[in-house]
Formats: sequence, C-alpha cells, structure tokens
Amino acid sequence: MTTTVETIGPPRTSVGVLGWLKRNLFSTWYNTLLTILSAWLVYSVLSQLIVWAFTSARWGVISANLRLFMVGPYPPDQVWRPWLVLAMVSLLMGLSAAVWGGTIRTFGNSLAAAYATLIVIALLIEGFGRQVAWLSSPGGEWWKTIPSAIWLTVNLILLVGAYLSARGRKGWQSALLLLWLLSFVVTIVLLQGFVKNDFLPEVTTGKWGGLLLTFMLATVSIVLSFPIGILFALGRRSKMPAVKIFCILYIELVRGVPLVTILYMTQIMLPLFLPGELRVDNVIRAMSGMMFFTAAYMAENVRGGLQAIPTGQIEAAHALGLNEVFVTLFIVLPQALRMVIPATVGLFISLFKDTTLATIVALLELLGVGRSVLAQPEFLGLQTEVYVFVAAIFFIFSYAMSYASYRLEEALGVGKR
Amino acid sequence: MQQPSAAQHTAVPFWRDVRVLTFLSQVVFVLILAMTAAFLYSNLSSAMRQRGLVANLDFLNRESGFEIGEGLIPYRPSDTYGHAFAVGLLNTLLVSAIGIVLATILGVITGVARLSTNWLLNRIAAVYIEIIRNTPLLVQLVFIYFGVFVKLPPVRETLNLGDAFFANQRGVFMPRPEPTASFSTWLGFVAVGLIAAIVVERTLTIRARQAIASILSALAVFALIGALGWLLVGAAPITFDLPVPGRFNFTGGLALSPEFSALLTGLVIYTAAFIAEVVRGGIQAVKKGQIEAARAVGLGEAQILRLVIFPQAMRVIVPPLTSQYLNLAKNSSLAIAMGFPDLFSVSSTIANQTGQPVPVIVLVMVTYLAMSLFTSLLMNIYNRSVQILER
Repeated sequence: MTTTVETIGPPRTSVGVLGWLKRNLFSTWYNTLLTILSAWLVYSVLSQLIVWAFTSARWGVISANLRLFMVGPYPPDQVWRPWLVLAMVSLLMGLSAAVWGGTIRTFGNSLAAAYATLIVIALLIEGFGRQVAWLSSPGGEWWKTIPSAIWLTVNLILLVGAYLSARGRKGWQSALLLLWLLSFVVTIVLLQGFVKNDFLPEVTTGKWGGLLLTFMLATVSIVLSFPIGILFALGRRSKMPAVKIFCILYIELVRGVPLVTILYMTQIMLPLFLPGELRVDNVIRAMSGMMFFTAAYMAENVRGGLQAIPTGQIEAAHALGLNEVFVTLFIVLPQALRMVIPATVGLFISLFKDTTLATIVALLELLGVGRSVLAQPEFLGLQTEVYVFVAAIFFIFSYAMSYASYRLEEALGVGKR
Repeated sequence: MQQPSAAQHTAVPFWRDVRVLTFLSQVVFVLILAMTAAFLYSNLSSAMRQRGLVANLDFLNRESGFEIGEGLIPYRPSDTYGHAFAVGLLNTLLVSAIGIVLATILGVITGVARLSTNWLLNRIAAVYIEIIRNTPLLVQLVFIYFGVFVKLPPVRETLNLGDAFFANQRGVFMPRPEPTASFSTWLGFVAVGLIAAIVVERTLTIRARQAIASILSALAVFALIGALGWLLVGAAPITFDLPVPGRFNFTGGLALSPEFSALLTGLVIYTAAFIAEVVRGGIQAVKKGQIEAARAVGLGEAQILRLVIFPQAMRVIVPPLTSQYLNLAKNSSLAIAMGFPDLFSVSSTIANQTGQPVPVIVLVMVTYLAMSLFTSLLMNIYNRSVQILER
C-alpha cells in the first residue's frame, strides 16, 4: 500500500511578494492607513517634481555657467591647474584604494562611477567634435585647451591604472600618507602660482571660487585645525591649571558662538590684530576664521578619543619607564587618533557644508557663485534651478563622505556597543 | 654594607623635579601668552587709533535712524542703537523658542517614523533625514525664502485655506487667539484637567496591559474637563481674530512676514532631521534584553514603551538634544541672508552705521555666549533629573 504524502506549503499570504507586503505595509488597520497616506504623499511630491524637472525647469542656466560654478573667477586659461590637482588626487586615490582596500576601495569605486557619468555629461555639453578636433591638432600651449571630457577620461585612467598597478602593496602605506600630506602643499603652490612667472602666473586667493573654493576652504581649515585641536585637547586634560583654564576658555568660547560671528570677526578684526604691513585677503581671513572655529570642535573630538584610552595603557607605559611626553606621543595619541577618524570625517562634512557661510562675508564659493549668477538679468527668477543644483552638488559629496565614514566606523569597530 | 638612606633616593636635582618643571612650564606658557596678547593688543590699539575706532559702547545711546522690519517691542528710527539691539535680540529669542518647540515635535515624529515597521513610512523618513542632513542649511534657507516665500502669489491672488489661513507675497496670515475676561477661570479648569490626565495616565500605565488605552483615556479626561470648563464659564474664554482682506493687504489676525516664516520653516526642517537621528539613536540604545525581560515579566507593549524604553532612552537623548537646541539658536544668525532683523543682522547694520565694528562684534559674541550658557544650564538641570535613575 502506498501513501502519498502531500506537502502543504505555507499560505500564499505569508511568503513571497504578498507576504512581504502584508508584513511590511498592511500588518494592522492603522499600518494600512499609514501606507495609503504615505503612498499618496510620495505620489503627489514625486509627480510634481518630475513634471517640473523635465518640462518647466530651465536648466540652461546651469550649463551656461558651469565653469563659474566649478572654479568661479579663476582665469579661464589657467583652469588646467585645478584639473591637474584633480588628476593628482585621482592618482593618490587609486593608490590608496589598492593599498588599504575596504572602505577606501568602495570610495574609489564610486569616484570611478562618478567620472564615467561626468564624461557622458561633458560629451553631451561639449560635443564629440571638440574632443576630436583637440586630439588631432593640440596646437601650442596645448595643455590650456584640453576639453573637460578628455581631462575626465585622464582622471578615470589614472584612478583605475594606479589601482591596478599598486594592488597588494601593503608596504606603501606610510609612503602614501606622506604623499597625501605633500599633495596638500603641491595643491596650494599649483593653484597659487608665483609672482612674475610665465608658466605659473600668480592667481591670488581672491580669484579662487566655486566648488574649488568650497573644497579649499574646507580642506585647508580641517588640515590646519588638526594639530591645533590636538594641542587644545591635550591642554584641556593637562594637570597644569594655567594651560587647562586657557584651553577650556578657548574651546567653550568658540563653541558658544555662531560661525557667522567668527567669520565676521576675522573679516574685520584680523587686519587690526596684525601689524600694518601684513595684508591678508578675504579668502585667507575666512580660512583662518574657519580654522579657529574647527579647532575647538576638533579638540572636543580628540578629547573624546583620549578619554577612551584605558588607564591601564598609560600605567603600563609608566611602569616601563616612559616619561609623560613619550607616553603621550607613542602610547596615547596613536590609539586616540585612530578612534577619532570617523568623528573627524563627520566634522569635515559639517565644515564642508558650513563653507556656504562664507557667502555672507562676500566670498564666491559655490553658493556665492549661485547668487551672483542669479543677479545677472538674463537669469532672473531661476532661483529654484540654481539652488537645487547647488544643493545637489553638496548632497552628492556629503552623502558619499557620510556613507564612507559609516563604513569606516564599522571597519574600525568604533561606536559598537 | 651600607643601605642608601631614603633621603638619598628622593634627592632629585631641581631641574628634574616634576613639580618644579610643571611650575616652570606654566610660567613660560603664561609669559608667551601674555607676550602674544600684548603684541596683538598693541597692533589692535594702534590700528584702531589710526582708523578712529573706539573701544566703548557709548554709541548705544545715540539715535539709530534706521528702520527695522518687525519686532516684538515698538521701535522707531528715532530710538537708540541700544533699543535696536534689544529688538534684534528679542527676534532671535522668539524664532529660537518657537523653532525649538516645533523642531522637537517634528523631530520626534520623524525619529519614530524612522523606526516604524511600516516600510514605506520608514523610507520616507530616511530620505527626508538624508537629504536635509547632507545639504547646507544656508542653501535650504535661501531656497525656501527666494524659491518659495518670495514666489508666492501677489496679494490679489492670495492662497486661501478655509478662509482662516492665507499666504501671499507679503507673508502668512492666520487667526490670532484672543483671551477674553473669562480666560483665567477657564485656565483653572485646564490645569485641573491636566493634573487629572497625568494621574489617569500614570495609574492606567501601571495597571492596564492594553496598548494605547492609557494615553487615550488620559486625553479623553483632559478634553472632557476642558470642554466642561468652556461651557461652565459662560462666555467663550478665547475668541479668534481672523485676518481680513484689506485694500492693500490683510489686516488683523496673526501676520508672519515672509522672512520670519522662511527662517522658521528652514530652521525647523533642518534641526528636526538631526533631532530625529538623536531620537532614533536613543531608542535603539535601549538593549534588546531590557525589552525581552519586560515582556517576560508580563508587561504590555504600552507599558514597555512608557516604563522601560522611554526613561532609558531619555538618558541617551538629552545631551545631544541640548546641542541641537544650541545649534538651532546659533543657526538663527543665518537670518542675515534673507534680511530678517535678528540679533546678528541688526548688529551688523549697527556696525555699518556707526562705523564701530569692534565693540559691536564683541557685544554680539558675548550675547550669543550668554544665551548658549543659559540654555546649557537649563538642559543640564533637566539632564540631571533624568539621569538620577542611574545607580
């Protein structure tokens, strides 16, 4: 006698698409209500947005002013210098992605994807003919006339090439760190140039603008504020009352006032504090204001890292006979700084967004360029298009950085409870 | 064999004695600090003398001569600079106070929505939070002001919401509640209702296992007593002054200028996204074991939320919430980008008019600092009351 065993699957409403829908959208009557309300909200916002973006929005204002948005009033025949800086960053990024892997490789991948997208967009705007024309007869001073699409392709090749050639070379880590630091100096020299030099004529910081200025403001202030912040953090935990009180006063004073007031103060007071013969322009003043501001927040971040070091580490170092300075330099700081990397990325993101405040002291960074474009009579009334574009650029960079920082946090095991 | 005495052991030469070194390095530090300060001060004073700048606040008593768009206290151009400064300060306090309340409400709702099991709601909250947190506040503010409020229809084509709320280029208009003679009596009823509601909520939360029941009953008790009071006091305790279309603009009601509305909207939307993350982090910080243990001892879902999750989450939430409140107050200084006369914007006008930026900047910074310290103090007191449960 044979018996047939019938296998009865789970009810259709608890597995597959239906099951997912029931669990996640329609589990109870109020969840169903919420789902319907949310769906209506999404539909009404998205439909209006799409109709606006593809029919009534006039994006011509963006493509007509793209160079302004990217580099501001930087002389057009010198734009190859920011491009060269970008190429250097791509190269170092490719090497770092290969050497460190992990999060940085993810970051490199997204950068490569971004370049690929931008090449397509650049080709659409510039046209294919221009690239071919330049390739067939570059002419004298050829580096001044390279079209954007070719520059972007070079960047993509450098990024991928550096990655492929440096895979598995763990030994390059410290050399690369040094190169990154060096690239910071090279960037400033390359962008600034020299007085009375035909090849690299001086471009004063007053002529820096757009996204270039946004990045330079954020990078310069974060790099310079790092050592200052470490000193303030150490000072705040010092056993010497004079040092401690000074550091606490500085940190709390700066954290208690808005960035705008500090920018305004450096704008007006910095020239008064410096000796009369020393003149500093707007951009330097804004940079120093941001540096003073960031140093206080950096100090608090580093202090958090210092506090997380177990006292056993310090006691063990003392037991081995290290003095206070060596304990700080070789035991405490290396561990503490590793812990504050994610917080520092977070600080960089907020600083990157805060560079927009430089508009208030009349600098032409990304938002400032947007406002000056809107002041031109032919682009009146296009606020929505311009501000959406500016916001989108900020969003892409900040989101990429915060995603990377999140992955980094996971990789370092910080913030796990 | 001679043992070295204790005195020989401790006889450290003074240049290696930690106490002496500490003292000396502090002296050097203070000296360097004092010299730098003296150098900067001499530069400052000579530069100020050259440009005819002063280091006192005497000008605050002079007539200002400029207009201020709006304010809580009456102000005319013939009033003093000090008076103008007060108008700006009050505007900052007003927008910060309202902003903090609204941002907290929106932030808590968004934070809870972010944790919802409803997938669509959860995604909407996530997208909102990510977009707002990853774009600069100033860009959002100029977008809301120049892209939305300035582009509202002109007065003749005013947007009308139920004949009570209106919006046009000149601002937003809504009914203004006006207390009448019987208002104070009714307020007594409201107070009684509030106390009763709290008592009901407390007792029901401890007893009932049924979700939502305690909150709904408490709300019902509060509404019942409030309504009873409304009927018993005779005349209505609150009347609403509706905005009426006039010849050029609306009159009556509560009128908010486009600048104020844009600043408030921007600050609330921005800060709420950050508060939502704080709330989410706080709730997620409560360990799963706590909730499982609460279920094991037989508590209902509402009881777990009210008695286990909420008190523990508050400990994590309050400190970062404080810094978000402080950020909102400090961020209100961006009002200058759209011309709302807040503390910073009025002060920069004063600095331009008097040509004395140095004392004005110092005054502004001290004022913001005082505001920050005062808010921190209040929140620290509240924080201590939450943290007291710690063992």
